[in-house]
Amino acid sequence: MKSFGGPVLFLDRTDINTDEIIPARYLTEISREALGPHLLEDLKLEGFDPKGDAIRNARVIVARRNFGCGSSREHAPWALEANGITAVIAPSFARIFRQNMFNGGLLALELPETAVDLLFQFRKEQAEISFDLEGQRLTIAAGGHQEEIAFSLAGFDRTLVEAEGWLGFAAARY
Amino acid sequence: MALTLVEKIFNSHLRDEPFPGTKVLDLDVVMCHEITTPIAINDLMARGLDRVFDASKIKVVIDHVTPAKDSKTAQQAKILRDWARRQRIHDFFDVGRNGVCHALFPEKGFIRPGFTVIMGDSHTCTHGAFGAFAAGVGTTDLEVGLLKGVCAFREPRTLRIHVSGTLPEHTYAKDVILKVIQTLTVNGATDRVIEFGGPVVEAMSMESRMTLCNMAVEAGGTSGVCMPDMTTVKYLWPFVEKEYESPEAALQDFSQWRSDEGCRYEQELQIDVTDLEPMVTDDFKPDQVRPVSEMEGRPVDQVYIGSCTNGRLEDLRVAAKFLEGQTIAPSVRGILSPATPKIFRDAEDEGLIRIFLDSGFCVTNPTCGACLGMSNGVLAPGEVCAATTNRNFNGRMGKGGMVHLMSPATAAATALRGVITDPRKL
Ligand code: SF4
Repeated sequence: MKSFGGPVLFLDRTDINTDEIIPARYLTEISREALGPHLLEDLKLEGFDPKGDAIRNARVIVARRNFGCGSSREHAPWALEANGITAVIAPSFARIFRQNMFNGGLLALELPETAVDLLFQFRKEQAEISFDLEGQRLTIAAGGHQEEIAFSLAGFDRTLVEAEGWLGFAAARY
Repeated sequence: MALTLVEKIFNSHLRDEPFPGTKVLDLDVVMCHEITTPIAINDLMARGLDRVFDASKIKVVIDHVTPAKDSKTAQQAKILRDWARRQRIHDFFDVGRNGVCHALFPEKGFIRPGFTVIMGDSHTCTHGAFGAFAAGVGTTDLEVGLLKGVCAFREPRTLRIHVSGTLPEHTYAKDVILKVIQTLTVNGATDRVIEFGGPVVEAMSMESRMTLCNMAVEAGGTSGVCMPDMTTVKYLWPFVEKEYESPEAALQDFSQWRSDEGCRYEQELQIDVTDLEPMVTDDFKPDQVRPVSEMEGRPVDQVYIGSCTNGRLEDLRVAAKFLEGQTIAPSVRGILSPATPKIFRDAEDEGLIRIFLDSGFCVTNPTCGACLGMSNGVLAPGEVCAATTNRNFNGRMGKGGMVHLMSPATAAATALRGVITDPRKL
């Protein structure tokens, strides 16, 4: 299983699309690592610097609904992973992006809007999130406070995370 | 029990249900292009799994950047080309025979009602126009599809859109789907299939139905789908005439895939198009759609007619009607990219290509090209393009560029005036 948790990058916008996560001009790369430096390069968002420390340190992204909409490019999760970001939390995801995350053993965690709002309250400080996949809960901590939030990760999604992706699982089973 | 088209396809193709709600389907067609497949090929090779489940079910095209524009795109094409040869994939389309995947593969007769289809491309939903379940997937799903011929889905629920009324002059399937996306918003159809029906859809050509289904993903939909009928049969007849005694017999067979009377939809929407205006997107999300009357007069630098949404013959005919005998505004760069060689040839035979050229358009070879900002018409920062494509994301056609989505009629009218123009006023 991959490792999950660490400093959080907050992206306070809905409908962040795959062209913003990794622009098409980098789709000519045939190695995953080459995508890393271009993560979120085209995202225009107040207070966000695609070349800044927040993105370099981040291990988790917290965003608003419909994250990852647009193209089917698995380059989006790869660009995240190439930067050490293995988990994204949002109220909802675009279907293909969510499946691409789990297919690569990464976490695309859907939480209710209220829970995501609660996470966003930590954005002013250096927040970190840790995950307890066994106990299905996460802890966000910053500036001396912390909150625990329960989530549910079961069935197929959980198996893919544990198996580090769909290919190994499918190659053995079918 | 009364079932939807999608439920029928899921039941008939179900290989496994490893977890409740996760359905692993057998695939009839796996389609590949040079942007998402080479990484899959390299990964399979690295794992010692360089093989495919059934070469006859794999369809391959180089379409996004073709002919190659630089060493990197040449290398992507080469990986795909070498692999197709190695795996003895017969249906492989290279320079001179290639065109935009979602226009080319239907034209070759590869899609049939009731089929399951995947591709590493989000607009795979286009093929739902034939009454198939066709979904875009990422590279890992593509790898498993190539290797094992299966793909896992949560069974999508069906959202039915009943389109009634009469389409006014100068409005088209593109205007209908933009209206639908405006209504549903960019995630209104997530984890659902949009079933398009009603008299307006029944009267549409296969090309127009493909335009509808093509943009289902812009509302978050897993796929779009139309009921197979006599229009479907006629389109596919050259490919199925050996299998059926008559078109009526084919229709009867295809009809098993229609949603049953009394089936359960998750949601039903009615849209009456009688008062529909030509629609244009504003800003950077495909649900930010406005009637052309609110967008008129905005200057554009480039007009792009092409893509898997509106680069087919009927689109070229519509645009050419406006362009015939006219020249486009001197401030505008007009680019036409017929979506396939057949479309190019037919347009040539009908004199359409000549009309485009005479009006001042540049005509490119069939390719995705500028649609995703990779070649043949990339925008400079600050430039604006009126396009018949399907995505207006920030930077989609070039970093810092802006795209307004519209029908071929509105695009042609816009090319003539150099500003967004209501085609009804020309
Ligand atoms: S024409 Fe555009 S939307 Fe269609 S497959 Fe090509 S890049 Fe994608």
